[in-house]
Amino acid sequence: MKLTGAQVLFEALQKENADTIFGFPGGAVLDIFDELYRRKIRNILVRHEQGAIHAADGYARVSGKVGVCLVTSGPGATNTVTGIANAFMDSIPVVVLTGQVATSLIGGDAFQEVDITGITRPCTKHNFLVRRIDDLGRIVREAFHIARSGRPGPVLIDIPKDITKSLIEDNDISWTLSLPNNNKKASIEDACAKALDMIRQAERPLVISGGGVLLGRAWDELRTFVKLLNVPITSTLMGLGAFPASDPHWLGMPGMHGTYYANMAISNCDLLIALGVRFDDRVTSKLDAFAPHAKVLHVDIDPASIDKFVKTHLSIASDCKPVLQLLNKWISDKSFARPEKQTKAWLEQVQKWKEFAPLTYCQSDKIKPQYVVETLYRLTEGKAIISTEVGQNQMWAAQYYHFDYPNSFITSGGLGTMGYGFPAAIGAQVARPDKVVVDIAGDGSIQMNIQELATAVNYDLPVKIVILNNGFLGMVRQWQELFYGKRYSHSNIDNVPDFVKLAEAYGAVGLRATRSEEVEATLRKGLDTPKTVVMDFHVEPEEGVYPMVSPGAALTDMVLSK
Amino acid sequence: MEVKENTISILVNNRPDVLARIAGTFSGRGFNIESISANITRNPEITRIVITTLGNRETVIKLEKQLTKIIDVLEVKDLTRANAACREMVLVRMKLTDANQVKIMQTVDTLKWKIVKMDVDTCILEVTGGKKDIDDALAFLDKMGMDDFTRTGVVAVERQK
Repeated sequence: MKLTGAQVLFEALQKENADTIFGFPGGAVLDIFDELYRRKIRNILVRHEQGAIHAADGYARVSGKVGVCLVTSGPGATNTVTGIANAFMDSIPVVVLTGQVATSLIGGDAFQEVDITGITRPCTKHNFLVRRIDDLGRIVREAFHIARSGRPGPVLIDIPKDITKSLIEDNDISWTLSLPNNNKKASIEDACAKALDMIRQAERPLVISGGGVLLGRAWDELRTFVKLLNVPITSTLMGLGAFPASDPHWLGMPGMHGTYYANMAISNCDLLIALGVRFDDRVTSKLDAFAPHAKVLHVDIDPASIDKFVKTHLSIASDCKPVLQLLNKWISDKSFARPEKQTKAWLEQVQKWKEFAPLTYCQSDKIKPQYVVETLYRLTEGKAIISTEVGQNQMWAAQYYHFDYPNSFITSGGLGTMGYGFPAAIGAQVARPDKVVVDIAGDGSIQMNIQELATAVNYDLPVKIVILNNGFLGMVRQWQELFYGKRYSHSNIDNVPDFVKLAEAYGAVGLRATRSEEVEATLRKGLDTPKTVVMDFHVEPEEGVYPMVSPGAALTDMVLSK
Repeated sequence: MEVKENTISILVNNRPDVLARIAGTFSGRGFNIESISANITRNPEITRIVITTLGNRETVIKLEKQLTKIIDVLEVKDLTRANAACREMVLVRMKLTDANQVKIMQTVDTLKWKIVKMDVDTCILEVTGGKKDIDDALAFLDKMGMDDFTRTGVVAVERQK
């Protein structure tokens, strides 16, 4: 039997158990969409290709599967670039299918032609231009394999239009992966034994966990590890939820807007056990002053993340899960003497820091954004999936929604993409229809992909958007306040639309609160409405995110409040 | 740490965009390519690329790690410390005059250079050697009426596998 390229593509997607894609049609992918018309696979039709890639990314983060996005050539493809870079920075497995002009036209500046493999080479884990239909099936399988193996990431497949139309005998399709064998897995036993020695000798140990623990699905092992050792733990923005925020071992997030106690613990520990982190500059701040008294034990699946900035004393280039499993096994062994006596003073010190400067804010008549997030946490019992935009909204969400569950916080950590949160929430809701999904947004960033309201309404996705509306690009304003003499250059966006009317125009539900006492009722109403809901909270315009470490300063150099 | 020239050998799948991936990794990650040479190996599906780059040991280790992440890269080896044989070649076009002709020919003879093409008033010389040999040859020929030259990147092979 002969199959078209489009049919081969869907056969391949089926082999990879992809049942949902996020797409937007166009000339170069008409044959693919024509085949999609006959298929069971579900396409969520977005309103902008950036929405498609972010939704696929959010879907991947929540489901643990590879997200799939399908767009046309030229502008369709370039519109996904921000989302690809976003997934690349946060190591999210997505496969991006882009249409391309016919092979005979490539290179000739054809209509809607762009060299998307060239453009995305530095921000994909790998990409492919399909030159022959014979390669298509194999390439799709390789793309999925690459996207989810090792350190995950985005993979793009550029498919010329003639390939989608041409025919191939089904027996001639090659499905077999032909990738270099990069599985040179060294034994972790020796390194783990050394790690255990370091742990045994430490007097002031601290765990810092990151996104790698979530990607490697090692949260159970992490929880066991921390409890067995009775050590304090801090998790980076990307790692929130891997360890329960309600646990007493938990110190909150470190870094620029981290807690006082997490930053103090990093700055005073004598052993930093770094699990699945890549030491982003927002975490380390001034490198010379980062964990200055500590030996660093670093476990990460990507060797390039090890010794990139922070020098390690022992590194294990491995997935966190097997390392933690082995360590847990050895620690549980009766012959391992837990260093409890020597760490007692340390745990007391950490407790003192916690009590000295807990996360806090001052209530006032105006709505405090932190209060909105806290109330949301209370009303959802911490069980919602929270996505965020980027800026103050993101930091307040990270600080005041106390994540207890893995894969419940989806945020643009590395790239810092405004406009990420809402389409990502759509992807999350598609993956988990049973969950409450809330995008915590600012009035600036929500406008960057507001068109996806049509998508959410179209598919009856009851995503909630909580806008912390301060009339500013809040984080920009905060930096201008602190470092640019309060010259609010182009950060005042007071002329924002009426978000309630805007929601209604799209067929969603719009709610507004302007006073503190309205917050809870508005959130309740929004959460109880089984529809797409936009909640517009008019918050204190010049509220800042604190604590704050000035860029380039030492982590101990914190401003605790305004 | 000492900044020096490093010679890195990269085995890659012989695919159309693989050179762009290598070059992009250098430029995008803040490394610089001083010289480059590439051709197929015994297996025509595999290409060896030899690149020289300036940096200290730490920089080179970071670079190796980044290169290793490229899917089509099969092996990365730092030949700087591997006691490898390294050679470059340069083709030099000389303007011949009554004043320089004899001296050029004597030097060609003494240093076992080659004459690739000879005309009445120009000749093309071929010089092969280590980096310093080539640098010295070019410095000399520049004084002797050099018109133009083309220099290859380094090719290198380890003494032992």
